[in-house]
Amino acid sequence: MKQILKVRQLGLDRYLKAKLHAGWMMACLVLVMLLPFILGVGLLLKSEMLIRDHSLLDLIFSKEWKPLSGEFGFYPFIVSSLWVTAAALLIAGPVCLLTAIHLTQYAKKYVLRIMHPVIDILAGIPSVIYGVWGILVIVPWISNYLGPFFGKTTSGYTILAGAIVLAIMIIPFILNILIEIFRNVPDELSEASLALGATRWQTIKFVLLKKSTPGIISTFGLGISRAFGETIAVLMVVGNVAIVPDGLFQPGYPLPALIANNYGEMLSIPSYDSALMFAALILFVVVIVFNLFARALIIRTDKHN
Amino acid sequence: MNNTKITVKNLDLMIGKHHILKDINTSIPEKKITVIMGPSGCGKTTLLKSFNRLTDLYPEVRLNGQIMIDGKDVLHTREDITKIRKKMGLLAQRPYPLPMNIYNNIAYGLRISGRKRKVWLSKRVEFYLKQVSLWEEVKDRLKEPAARLSIGQQQRLCLARGLAVEPEIILADEPTSSLDPISSQAIEEKFIELKQRYSIVLVTHILRQAKRIADHVIFMYLGRIVEQGPAEEIFNNPKKEITMSYLKGKFY
Repeated sequence: MKQILKVRQLGLDRYLKAKLHAGWMMACLVLVMLLPFILGVGLLLKSEMLIRDHSLLDLIFSKEWKPLSGEFGFYPFIVSSLWVTAAALLIAGPVCLLTAIHLTQYAKKYVLRIMHPVIDILAGIPSVIYGVWGILVIVPWISNYLGPFFGKTTSGYTILAGAIVLAIMIIPFILNILIEIFRNVPDELSEASLALGATRWQTIKFVLLKKSTPGIISTFGLGISRAFGETIAVLMVVGNVAIVPDGLFQPGYPLPALIANNYGEMLSIPSYDSALMFAALILFVVVIVFNLFARALIIRTDKHN
Repeated sequence: MNNTKITVKNLDLMIGKHHILKDINTSIPEKKITVIMGPSGCGKTTLLKSFNRLTDLYPEVRLNGQIMIDGKDVLHTREDITKIRKKMGLLAQRPYPLPMNIYNNIAYGLRISGRKRKVWLSKRVEFYLKQVSLWEEVKDRLKEPAARLSIGQQQRLCLARGLAVEPEIILADEPTSSLDPISSQAIEEKFIELKQRYSIVLVTHILRQAKRIADHVIFMYLGRIVEQGPAEEIFNNPKKEITMSYLKGKFY
C-alpha cells in the first residue's frame, strides 16, 4: 500500500530513480562499514597457520625471534613499539598542552589565525621527510651530543630518535584537537572563575583543564593509536634490531617496521608470511582498542554536558 | 543622600577598530538597584564587564578613561586585580556552573582565597545556599555535578557562589533571560532583598523587569548613555525622544 502511495506521489520514474540511488548509496555505506571487519578477519585467517602451531602467550611473550628455526617471539617488537610510542607521547603531550593553552588563552586572536595553517602544513608533510630529517639531524645529535652527555656510546639509531621524530609528527595532530577542545569551553566559564577572584592560572588549572580532562585523555588516546601505527619515519631512525630494548639509547624494532622491512622479501621461510600477518593483527587490535577507548570517552562526556 | 559606589569618567572601549563604548560618564549609587537598559548590542554587557575588568581576558580590547570603585581607579591601579574582582559578584546571562560538584562550586571561591578548613567551608556553603533558597533542594546531593541541576537552580547556585566571596557589588547581566517566569521571579525577589547590603547593577532588556525593581536607570543606545536618573523620572517623563520610543516598545 505504502509503495503504491509513494509511486502516486512521486511518479513512477522518480520513484524508481530514488530507489536506485538509495540502493547504491547503501551499498557504499555497507562496504565502508564492513571494511574493518574484512581486514580483521583477513589478518586472522592469514596468521592462522602461526597461531595453530604456537601458543598465543608464547608468541607474545617469547623473546626469541629466529624465523629460520621456526621461533617467532614478538616480545621485542611489542616492547619496542610501546617504548617508542610512550616516549613520543611523553615528549609531545606537554608541548601540545602548553601550546594549546597559550594559543587559546593568552595569545591574541590573529596568532591563532596564523598558527592554524602552520599546524595544518606540519600535519601534511609526508612522513618520509620527517624520517630523512631524523637521519640527518636527530640521529647524529644523539650519537654526538646527547648519548655522550648521558655517558652512552650509541650510533644514534635508537628508540629515542624514533620517539623524537614520532613526537614531532603527532604534535600537529594532537595540537589541532586540543585547540578545538579548549575553544569549545565557553569564555563565560573562565569569566565566572575570574570574577570569583581566581587568577588566570587558577582558572586554567581548575576550570579549563578540569572541564577538558576527558577530551584531553581521548585526544592522547587517538595520538597513541596514531603513533603506534606510524611506520616509515620511525623505521628510518630506530635501528631495527630484534632485541628487547631496556632504555631510550638502545635500538628497537617496532611492529610496523618489522612488517614493512620484511614483507615480500623473506617469504621463502616457512610461516614467515603468517608471522608478519600476526604482527599486523597485533597492530590492528591495539590501534582499534585505543580508538574505541578514546571515542567512548568522547561520547560519554558529550552526554554529561 | 546616596553614596556613589562606582563612578565612570570618559570611558571609551575599542575592540580592534570597533568603537564599542563611547564616552561613558555615570555613577552607580550604593545599595540600590541600578538598571542598565537598551536594545541588544548597545554595549550594556561590555560596560558591565569592564567594571571588574573581565575585558582583560580579551587582548584585543582597549580601554580608556576611568572607572572608580570606592574612589579608586580600577583601570590604572597597582592593586591585585583578583582583589578588585572579589568585590564584585557576577551573574551571567546563562548559568555557567563550574565543572565540579555543587558543594565545590560554592567552596571554589573560598578555597582560592586561601580558606581551607573543612568545617568552616561546609558552614559557609550551607549559609550561602540558604541565602538563595537552594539548600532544601540540594542538601542531599551536594556531591553531584552542578550541571545536573535545572537551569533555574543553576542560576541560583551561581548567585550563591558569587555571594560566597563576600562582594560589595553584584553585576548581573540579563540574569533571567534564560529562566522560566517562576525562577525569574525568585531571582528578582532575591535582588530586592539583597540591595539592603549590596549595590546591584543589573543589565536587562526586559522593560517590565526594569520597572519592577529599578531604583536608578541608565539608558544606553549605540554605545552611548542617552539618559540616566532615578527610575521614576526616566519611566514617567523621559526627556529624550529615543528613550521615549524605547519605553513605548517602538524598537528593539
